[in-house]
Amino acid sequence: MKQIFSVYLKPFYHRMLFGVFFKFTGSIMDLFLPYILAYIIDNVIPQNNKTEIYYWGVVMLVCSIIGVAFNIIANRMAARVGSDATEVIRHDLFTRVMYLSSQQMDRITKPSVISRLTTDTYNIHQMIIRIQRLGIRAPIMLIGGIVVTMTLDPVLAAVLIGMMPIMVIIITLVSKKSIPLFGALQQTIDRFVRLVREDISGIRVIKALSKTDYEKARFEVINGEVVNREKTARMTIAVIQPAMNVCLNLGLVCVVLVGAYGVNNGTTEVGKILAFMTYFAIILQAVLSVSSIFETWTKATASADRINWVLALEEELTIPAGEQKASDYYLEVADVSFSYNKKEPNLANISFALKRGETLGIIGETGAGKSTLLKLLMRLYDVDDGAIYIDGQNVKSIPPGKLHQHFGVVFQNDIIFEASIEENIGLERNLSPAEIEKAILYAGAKAFVDEKADRSGEALTIKGANLSGGQKQRILIARALAAQPDILILDDASSALDYKTDAAFRKVIKEHFGETTIIIVAQRVSSILHADHILVLENGAAIGYGKHAHLMATCDVYREISCSQMGEV
Amino acid sequence: MRHSQKFEKPKNRKGTLMQLGGYLMRFKWRLLVAILLTIGSNLLALVGPLLSGYAIDAIELGVGQVNFSRVFYFAFWMVGFYLASAGLSYILEVLMITISRKVTYAMRKDVFNKLLDLPIGYFDVHQTGDVISRISYDIDTVNSSLSDDLVQVSSAVITVLGSFLMMLAISPKLVLIFVVTVPLSLLMSKYLVKKTRPLFSRRSGKLGKLNGFVEEMVSGQRTLKVYDQEESTIKRFDIKNKEAVEAYYNAEYYGSMIFPMVNFINNISLSFISVFGALLYLAGEMTIGKISSFVLYSRKFAGPINEMANIMSDLQSALAAAERVFDLLNELSEAPDAKEAVPLADVKGDIELCNVKFGYNPQQLIINDLSLKVTAGELIAIVGETGAGKTTIINLLMRFYDADAGQIYIDGTEVHDVTRDSLRKAYAMVLQDTWIFYGNIFENLTYGKENATMEEVVAAAKAARIHSFITHLPDGYETILSDEGANISKGQKQLLSIARAMLLEAKILILDEATSNVDTRTEKKIQEAMRNLMKDKTCFVIAHRLSTIQNADHILVVDRGEIVETGTHQELMRMTGRYWQLYQAQFE
Repeated sequence: MKQIFSVYLKPFYHRMLFGVFFKFTGSIMDLFLPYILAYIIDNVIPQNNKTEIYYWGVVMLVCSIIGVAFNIIANRMAARVGSDATEVIRHDLFTRVMYLSSQQMDRITKPSVISRLTTDTYNIHQMIIRIQRLGIRAPIMLIGGIVVTMTLDPVLAAVLIGMMPIMVIIITLVSKKSIPLFGALQQTIDRFVRLVREDISGIRVIKALSKTDYEKARFEVINGEVVNREKTARMTIAVIQPAMNVCLNLGLVCVVLVGAYGVNNGTTEVGKILAFMTYFAIILQAVLSVSSIFETWTKATASADRINWVLALEEELTIPAGEQKASDYYLEVADVSFSYNKKEPNLANISFALKRGETLGIIGETGAGKSTLLKLLMRLYDVDDGAIYIDGQNVKSIPPGKLHQHFGVVFQNDIIFEASIEENIGLERNLSPAEIEKAILYAGAKAFVDEKADRSGEALTIKGANLSGGQKQRILIARALAAQPDILILDDASSALDYKTDAAFRKVIKEHFGETTIIIVAQRVSSILHADHILVLENGAAIGYGKHAHLMATCDVYREISCSQMGEV
Repeated sequence: MRHSQKFEKPKNRKGTLMQLGGYLMRFKWRLLVAILLTIGSNLLALVGPLLSGYAIDAIELGVGQVNFSRVFYFAFWMVGFYLASAGLSYILEVLMITISRKVTYAMRKDVFNKLLDLPIGYFDVHQTGDVISRISYDIDTVNSSLSDDLVQVSSAVITVLGSFLMMLAISPKLVLIFVVTVPLSLLMSKYLVKKTRPLFSRRSGKLGKLNGFVEEMVSGQRTLKVYDQEESTIKRFDIKNKEAVEAYYNAEYYGSMIFPMVNFINNISLSFISVFGALLYLAGEMTIGKISSFVLYSRKFAGPINEMANIMSDLQSALAAAERVFDLLNELSEAPDAKEAVPLADVKGDIELCNVKFGYNPQQLIINDLSLKVTAGELIAIVGETGAGKTTIINLLMRFYDADAGQIYIDGTEVHDVTRDSLRKAYAMVLQDTWIFYGNIFENLTYGKENATMEEVVAAAKAARIHSFITHLPDGYETILSDEGANISKGQKQLLSIARAMLLEAKILILDEATSNVDTRTEKKIQEAMRNLMKDKTCFVIAHRLSTIQNADHILVVDRGEIVETGTHQELMRMTGRYWQLYQAQFE
C-alpha cells in the first residue's frame, strides 16, 4: 500500500490537496446548518425579529449551495485522480506481466496474474476514490461534529462523546467476528463455483457414467454450506444497524434528560438540544462510514500487496556480454541440461548442431522433454548447464527482442486471438498483405480462408472456436511462416492435420523455405522421416541421433516407433 | 460483478414475476410475519420524534420551571419504543435473511438439477461463464434484492406515509415546504438516474472488455513474447485501459453528484423549516417541541424518497437477473424415458444403425443415411476429416442427441425402449478433451466405479501406462489434481482417462481421439493392454493417426455424414481409394 501512495499517487498530491480543501469546506457547511438552526431558536426568535430570521434563512441556503457545489467538485476531482492513478498502475502492471519470464509466470500462475490485473486493480481504483471522499468527509464530520457540539454545550457533548466508545466497541466486535466469517464464505463460494464449472465441462462424462444423481447430491452439500455460511455472516453483520440505532436513540434520550436539567438550571437552551439531535445523526453516520472505510482499506491493502508483489519481481533473464565465436553451424546446442524444479533433471546433456537450412526432427514419448528443449532454444527458460548458440553467439547475450526475431513458432496448444485471420497471422509485425496472403497459401489454409465471407478479414472468435482443429493449426503455421523466419519451430503442429495436408506442407517448406532452419517435434514418424537429423529423446536424455536409416539400424526405440506407425517399410 | 447485468431491462416482466412469486409463496407465512414486523418496527420508530417533541415542550418552560415528571415520563417511553423498534427490526432482518437464503438454496438447487438434466446440446451453445454467472451472481442479485429491497420498500412506504401524516398533524402549513422540495428531489433523481444509467452500463461494458483482453493476452503471453509483441500489446492495452478508466470517470462524474444533491435538498428543507418554523412560532402557531419533532420527521420523510430511485433500479436489475435464471430453468430437459422403457440388462454389445439421419440444425444434415451393423466384441474404427461427423455418431450412440430419422438398436432393442441411464452405463467413453476434476488421483480414477479396490485401480493404471508416473509423484495416488494441473500434461490426462474407463465394467468402449497426445509407443502398449481387458467388448475408435486403428475389424471412412468406404485395413488398401490416399500421404 505504501508504494501505491508514494509512487502512484504522488503526482496527484497537489490535486488531492485541492480536493481535500473542497471536501473540507463542503463538509463543514453541513455542520453549520444545525448550528444556525439552534442559533435561530435560541437567539433570534426571542428578539422577535423577522428580518433576522430571513437573513439567517438565506445564510442557511448559501451554506447548502456551497456544500453541494464543493462536494461535487471534490468528488469529481477524486474520480479524476482515481482514474488517472489506476490507469498508470494498470499500465505498469500489465507491462511487467508482458515481460515476465516463463519461469515467473509458472510460479504466479496465469489465473492469479489475471485476477491481479482485473479484480485487484479495480479494488485499488475504488479505494483511491473512496479514501478521498468518505475518508476525508467522515473524519471531518466526526471531529467537526464533536468540536461544534463542544462549543455549543460541553455537558451535552460529554453525553454524546460518552456514547462513542460503546458504538466503536460494537462495530469492532462485530467486524472482528464477521471478517473471518466472510473470508470463509468466499472460499466456500470458490469451491461452489469450481464444482459448477467442473460439472459443466465434464457433462458428457457425468452423463455417460450416469453420475447425475451423485453430482446432484454433491452439489446439495456445497449449496447448503454456502447458504449457511452466508446466513451466519449476514446475521452477524445485521446486528450493527439496529445496535447503532439503539445507541443513537438512547443518546438522544440522554441528551433530552441532561438537557432538561441544564435548561432548568439555566445553563443550556432548548434550541441546543434540538441541534444536538441533528448532530447526533451526523456523527453516527460518520462512525458507520469510518468502519466501512476500514473494510475498503483492508481489502485494498491485500490487493495492493498482490500488485506490488508482481511489480517488484526482478528481471530474471540478464544479458551478459558474449563474444562472437566462429562456428560452422547456424544453431548449436552444446551439452545442455535443464530442470524446472532444479531437482530432477528434465533434460540432460543434450547436444546437436544444425547448418543453415537444415531440418531437425525430434521424437519421443510424452514427457520426454521435447517441448522443454524448444523453449530453451528461444530462451523462455535459461539452461542450467551448457550453452545454446545462434550464428556463433550465445543466446543469453542476445537481447530477447532481437533473439526472437529469428524465430517462427507454433507451440503445442498455441493461442488464436479474438481478431481477424489477417491480424492473427500478422500480429502487428508490419507485414504487407501480400506476405500474409503468401503465408496463408504456404500453410495450406487458402482453401478454407477463401470460403469465408470476409476471406482473410474474417473475424475469429475467442480461442478460434469457429475453426476446426486442423484449420486452427494451419492459421498458426501461417503465423509462424509469415515473417520468413531464420528458424522455424513446430511443436506437434501437424498432429491435427491429416497425412495429405501434412505432406503437402512439407513440400512447400522444401520449395520456399530453403534458407530456413527447421525444428519439428512430432508424434508421427512420417512428419520427420526426411529430416536431415532426427533426435530421439527419452526421459530427458538423447538416446538416438542421426538420419532415419541410421536410426532404424541403431536405435531400438526409434525402430519400434517407426514400425508401429508405418509397418515394416 | 452485479454491475454487469445491472441495467438490462427485463423482457417478460409478468412471467418472471409469476415464477418469482412461486418461490416466495413457499414461504408465504414467514413473509406475512416479515411484513407485519416491518410495519410494527417502523410504526414504533415513528412514535419517537413525537415523544421527544413532547419532552422538549416540557423542558421549554424555562429556567426552574422544567416539568421533570413529564420529561422523565416521555423519556421512559422513548427508550421503550426505540428498544422495541430495534428489537423488531433485528428479528425482521434475521427472518428476511433466512427466507432469502432458503429461496437462494432452492433456486440454486433447481438450476443445478436442471443443468444436469439438460441435453448436451445446451452446453455446446452456451458459454460456461454465462451459466455460472446465472447460478451464482444472478441468483445472488435476485435474493439480495429480495431481502433488502422488499423490506426497504415496505418500510419506505410506511415511513413516508407515517411521517407525512405526523407532520400534517403537527403543522399543515409547514408541510407545504415539501410541495417544493419533494418534486425537486424526484426530478433530480430522475434526471440523474437517466443520465447515469447508460454511463454505468458503459462503464461495466468497458471494464468487461478490458478484463477479456487481459485474460486473452496473459493466456497468450508466451506466444506474444516469441513474436516480440510485448510493446504493441501494451499499446493496445493502454487504449482499452484508457477507455475503461474514462468510462469509470464519466459514470462517476454524474454518479458522484447523487449523494451531495440528496444532502443538498435535505439541507434546503431544513433551511425552510427553520425559517418558517420560526415565523410560525412567533405567530404562536407552533411550539419549539413541535418544530423539533417536525425536523426529525422531515429527515425520516426525505430519506426513502431519495432512496426510491436506487431501489427502483435495483429491483429492475433483480428482475432482469431473475429472468436470466428462469430462462435457464425453462429450457427443455432431455425427454424423459418412454413409459415402457426397461433397464438394459446383460449387455452383449451388438449395435445396429438403420438409415440414421441427423443434423444439429434441421437445415444442415451431418449424418446422412447411415447404416451399420456391429457384432459384439468387434473393433470399429472411424476415419475421416474434421467435421465429417465422426463425433456425431458417438453422440447418437450414447443418446446425447436423438436421431432425426432411422433407428439405432443395442442388442436388438431400439434405444428408445431402454432407459437412458442403463444405455449409457453400457458404454465407457474416453474423449480427446479429457475431464479431470479437483480431487486426488484415486478419486478421479474411481469416478465411474466408487467401490473399486486399490488393486483394481493400480491394475488399470498399469494397463494405461500411467502407474509409474503416479508413483513418482510426491503423494502417489493421493496427489491432488487441481484444475490448473500445472504438472500434468495433456497426454497424461488422456492416460488417466483411459485408466478410468478401463475400471468400468462397460461392454462397449468408445475412444474419441483418446490418445491423440500420447506418443505412439505408449499408445501401442496401451492398446495391447486394452485388447486383453476388453477381449469380448465392442470398441469404437476415432483417430487421426492411422497406426492407431490398423488392426480394427472394420474401418469406416466417413465423409460428409456418409460412409464412403468400409473394410479392414488390407481390404481398404487394396481398393486404393480414399483410405489408401490418406495412408500413402504419410510417406510423401
